[in-house]
Amino acid sequence: MMLPSLGPHAGFILAAYAVFLVAVIGVVVWIVLDGRQLSRQLAELEARGIRRRGSDKKPDAVP
Amino acid sequence: MPLIDLANPTRFLGFVGRLVPWLTAVTIVLFAVGLYGAFFLAPDDYQQGATVKIMFIHVPCAWLSMFVYATMAASSLGTLVWRHPLADVSMKAAAPIGAVFTFVCLATGSLWGKPMWGTWWVWDARLTSVLVLFIMYLGLIALWQTIEDPIRGAKAVAVLTLVGAINLPIIKFSVDWWNTLHQPAAVFRLGGPTIDISMLWPLLVTALAATCLFVTLQLLAMKNEIKRRRLRTLRLIEASRPHAVAGTPVVGAAS
Repeated sequence: MMLPSLGPHAGFILAAYAVFLVAVIGVVVWIVLDGRQLSRQLAELEARGIRRRGSDKKPDAVP
Repeated sequence: MPLIDLANPTRFLGFVGRLVPWLTAVTIVLFAVGLYGAFFLAPDDYQQGATVKIMFIHVPCAWLSMFVYATMAASSLGTLVWRHPLADVSMKAAAPIGAVFTFVCLATGSLWGKPMWGTWWVWDARLTSVLVLFIMYLGLIALWQTIEDPIRGAKAVAVLTLVGAINLPIIKFSVDWWNTLHQPAAVFRLGGPTIDISMLWPLLVTALAATCLFVTLQLLAMKNEIKRRRLRTLRLIEASRPHAVAGTPVVGAAS
């Protein structure tokens, strides 16, 4: 399957899609890495025995 | 599960865990279908040639830049009026995502404007009002960072977000109210779309894909924000018990 000809302004079209791709990948990577770091820090604190009141009893505690 | 149960952060986290894989799959499929239609089925524009292909990412990002802000404004009401536990979490999570969509809208618009208008940028009403939206997103992100207590920060951000919502109708109607290089609305207008169906359907599919992308990212960012607040609570508990014996469980009230 060949990509159709993008004409004389192909550079602008490809640059626009590159900006979109880089921005989307950037925000996805940032959110995923942020989530992993937060999970690790939470686990470290809980491993030291620090817990919210009632967090080990019922699953519907407010953060 | 009743919808009201999702107001509970722990149940919300479980819901996010189940929903995100499905949403991710739907987003990828919709982007694949939409971009296939854009590049292989939709014709070039009779005036703009192949540069019209920029529309299939520029327009969804433009719509989302406003949709995300509208979501934040609705969340602001949830914070100020109903004090919903997830409203300010939603508000804070959405701001960076909205800023990214607005940045992509501005950048791709500039890349489309140069070959078609002969300039990267003009200070007309549509472009300037979208730039103001981008600056507002950055301002709201900065405001979140300046106030440590998330509850106090949420109230300040909610008020500022609602004030800034006045920019949304200005963006929408700027092309009707003032002379501008930017074309008027071609899809959501009285009298129906002026864009041909061969270009309209890939545009609507990519817009739906971008919306699914936003919802996926928003849910993940909300999950992170809930974790961040739990982390803050645990650190406060730890700080308030400086003499706790190592290995002894320290249990405190949730803030």
